Amino acid sequence: MTNGKVVGVNGNMVTVEAAGDVSLNEVAYVLLAGKRLKSEVIRIRGSRAEMQVFEMSRGIGVGDEVEFSGEPLSARLGPGLLGQVYDGLQNPLPELAAHSGFFLERGVYLSPLDEAKRWPFTPTAAVGDAVGAGDELGSVPEGIFRHRVMVPFHLAGAWKVARVAAAGDYTVNDEIAELEDESGRRLPVNMSFHWPVKRPVTCYRERLRPQEPLVTKIRLIDTFIPVARGGTYCIPGPFGAGKTVLQQATSRNADIDIVIIAACGERAGEVVETLREFPRLPDPRTGRTLMERTIIICNTSSMPVAAREASVYTAITLAEYYRQMGLHVLLLADSTSRWAQALREMSGRLEEIPGEEAFPAYLESVIAAFYERAGLVRLRGGGTGSVTIGGTVSPAGGNFDEPVTQSTLKVVGAFHGLSRERSDARKYPAIHPLESWSKYRGAIDPAAVAYARAILFQGHEVGQMMKVVGEEGTSLEDYVTFLKSEFIDSVYLQQDTLDPVDGAMPPERQRHLFVLMFAVLAARLELGGKEAARAFFNQLRQKFLDINVAAWQGDEFRRLEADIAAFTAAQRAGADEKGQRLLEALRAGAPGRGE
Amino acid sequence: MKKVYSRIEAIAGNVITVRAENVRYGELAVVRSAQRTSLAEVIRLAEERVSLQVFAGCRGVSTGDQVRFLGHPMQVSFSDDLLGRIFDGSGRPRDKGPELGEHMIDIGGPAVNPAQRIIPRNMIRTNIPMIDLFNSLVESQKLPVFSVSGEPYNPLLARIALQAEVDLIILGGMGLKYDDYLFFRDALEQGGALNRTVFFVHTASDPTVECLLVPDIALAVAEGFALRGKKVLVLLSDMTNFADALKEIAITMEQVPSNRGYPGDLYSQLAARYEKAVDFQGAGSITILGVTTMPGDDVTHPVPDNTGYITEGQFYMRNGRIEPFGSLSRLKQLVNKKTRPDHRALMDGMITLYAAYKESLEKKAMGFQMNEWDRKLLKYGARFEQEMMDLSVNVPLERALDNGWRLLADCFSPEETRLRSELIRQYWPAREEGQPAPSRSGGTD
Repeated sequence: MTNGKVVGVNGNMVTVEAAGDVSLNEVAYVLLAGKRLKSEVIRIRGSRAEMQVFEMSRGIGVGDEVEFSGEPLSARLGPGLLGQVYDGLQNPLPELAAHSGFFLERGVYLSPLDEAKRWPFTPTAAVGDAVGAGDELGSVPEGIFRHRVMVPFHLAGAWKVARVAAAGDYTVNDEIAELEDESGRRLPVNMSFHWPVKRPVTCYRERLRPQEPLVTKIRLIDTFIPVARGGTYCIPGPFGAGKTVLQQATSRNADIDIVIIAACGERAGEVVETLREFPRLPDPRTGRTLMERTIIICNTSSMPVAAREASVYTAITLAEYYRQMGLHVLLLADSTSRWAQALREMSGRLEEIPGEEAFPAYLESVIAAFYERAGLVRLRGGGTGSVTIGGTVSPAGGNFDEPVTQSTLKVVGAFHGLSRERSDARKYPAIHPLESWSKYRGAIDPAAVAYARAILFQGHEVGQMMKVVGEEGTSLEDYVTFLKSEFIDSVYLQQDTLDPVDGAMPPERQRHLFVLMFAVLAARLELGGKEAARAFFNQLRQKFLDINVAAWQGDEFRRLEADIAAFTAAQRAGADEKGQRLLEALRAGAPGRGE
Repeated sequence: MKKVYSRIEAIAGNVITVRAENVRYGELAVVRSAQRTSLAEVIRLAEERVSLQVFAGCRGVSTGDQVRFLGHPMQVSFSDDLLGRIFDGSGRPRDKGPELGEHMIDIGGPAVNPAQRIIPRNMIRTNIPMIDLFNSLVESQKLPVFSVSGEPYNPLLARIALQAEVDLIILGGMGLKYDDYLFFRDALEQGGALNRTVFFVHTASDPTVECLLVPDIALAVAEGFALRGKKVLVLLSDMTNFADALKEIAITMEQVPSNRGYPGDLYSQLAARYEKAVDFQGAGSITILGVTTMPGDDVTHPVPDNTGYITEGQFYMRNGRIEPFGSLSRLKQLVNKKTRPDHRALMDGMITLYAAYKESLEKKAMGFQMNEWDRKLLKYGARFEQEMMDLSVNVPLERALDNGWRLLADCFSPEETRLRSELIRQYWPAREEGQPAPSRSGGTD
């Protein structure tokens, strides 16, 4: 093992004179008054290594001892990760609190997994089986999931099972199998192993194209700008536009096996809510608590900056691990801009030549490499697993032209752009329906969605034109289009995420509502004048708002539905031909319609 | 005893460089020159060359001055003796009182473990409708007032300090005009709050580096009191000056600037301070109310922009009023669901209508015909500004909510408000005698 001595300190960057070989991204420890401060080597020049310290650097002095570990920054993988709350270096925060109280004490690193807990192991591999990295040796139940115990991902080449433990209770450190390679070398394995966080896990057969929609229960997203399982999306938005509220709603309601929340450089208060509430909230799919399917990686804004970068990589590594078990994992990173800023801070200390807005020139490739770790894969043992990444971006000044947003847009499959205008007007979710896009296919007929979107677009145009020519200069036909677009906005796009019914709308109900709304959109309405048209839509809107909070298919729901039909029919004077055709197609495909 | 170094190699801006041994990063030193002594803090180590930032500035520092390292980082005395006292950015008395040197605590300590925080649950009532109703202040919140210079933000802070239900007030002044400092002192004294207040004041004419210390020192003291179970309100005015001081030091240290000259770590630096706002489980809390002046009324300027991302909601001050727009703070939603069932819906509904009023106002300004709906909005908007936004309105939340319903009922018919029928049934005020019924728009009914 190489040792060294500190020769310089600049913020959280420490320069070390090393007495031997050092590798890039290697973990090293600065020894300070009996404490070991974890660091990562980020540049090497001659015998000098520059390291970022993952802790407060106060008190480090020239001449302090440094120990290099020879290992890159790694995450520990094994049963017991679910339900945990970690910092960026996979330190369990509740245990850390029990150890050091209110404040984060530096230099304390606890085991990410409960080492004393005994897991009921069931072997599935047999002696003599040929196995490779990622193949299953057995399983343990972890909450509602079957946790596959796998051949450690770093074991390259072909191995043979030489011995496998009998069914029984084991801790993560107990040996559960012995593997033998071609040369006859034997290697004992247990239920946990390390994997370098910056390296993608690739023990699968092939990557597939994401097709199946990931339901978020947010109408605007699921219908207009859907996300696919195994896909990527980003949510850029100015502050206060509701990025975090949106992420929180998604983390609760998304139809997915496991959610990993990487709170990276954001407010601690926001994590706290998840942290305190998830253990109490029931998961609608399983009836158990949400916490049992959630992992929180939390490196909030006042925690050491260097660990921010580590936190997103730790999160994606854990996501890939569970993907290897044939599960669908959603990683929510909030916010990737803070991570980019951490890169910028470090780059500045390294005195690298700055790129745009002083971000390092490699920003784009780093972001691309991160999002590319998402994907739907076919596993070697059959079955599929996926990692979906949803990252928020906090552009400086709310301006999407800045480097982080632009680099992100190049690599994601869906763009949910939040707008200050909409959030100021309290239109939530404040995703801009016209500027946002998605390359994935949603659950509702794309032609019908395009039809509704066209009305939104035309209505917006009319609205813009009205600002110039006034309402008096607008034809009634255009004005109705405008009202229709406003109507889509208020009853379908806007959603009260805090309402128990409206807040999370399952796909079948979304579809039902869409058909109900589409009947209005496709209809040609006889409305006399603009005042009457406005009054008609005001009342229609009220009925829709009420139906959105009524219990699904309850008495109130049915009453309102009949009311809406009658109310619309009274003003209906035929239908747009294309709209009618789409409506019929929608109705034919909509099960359980109430007519 | 630590060694004294008397060979300063470089002096640039507020930073000096000496050759010294056994110095630790962040350590404090005393720089003694012929006329005066000042504290200095180690901000860079490069082999035996040590760079220090001198709190009192480098003006008059000579290469022959003595530098003595103290072996500990910046500290502040913490005890009940602080109450009612006024200090400068280095913690020296400003009020002719005795210097305090006992129970020293480090400033700029470690972050609170997120797992030890609790969900904010208490609203701090201020009796200002624009705050209580539209942007509730929550215990442990960090909230800035975004303002153009010239707005009466300091009187607002003082009023909130006096009306808010808290145990202690700590005022951190950064780059305050001397008059403003006197104003705060007098306002809190007249309000009878001086004996539960601690001042750390850096005035505009004091050395820049001391400006950097004010938030840390104020928050370290706040943390001390909060751990003893006190509800502490920290007022910071003005954080833009703090950011400018950071910029000044960064440029002196030849750091690569990121955005308009500000250092790349501006976000982290601001966050490290604001994130001290906390509600400790089983102890007290810290609530931070800061002022961020927006240079040129530009909210996209790096300081307000970064602040916006860090803090939980904002108050926008414009034309002497708090604007109803501004951001949705998650916290607000946590407390306003517990006040009254109509609070949240009414808040959103009234703001949506006010936004529509702004559009109508724009239409009117451009000379377009006003239809009936526009006229209703214009009436509503004018009354909203007068009865809700005006800062002289001083009523409890429940009264403000009732006033809100009355205002809506006076201007609109129920379905025009976009509020849910169930709320309207419960809260829509019965029409009073002698008041005309608001006409419905159009004639479909």
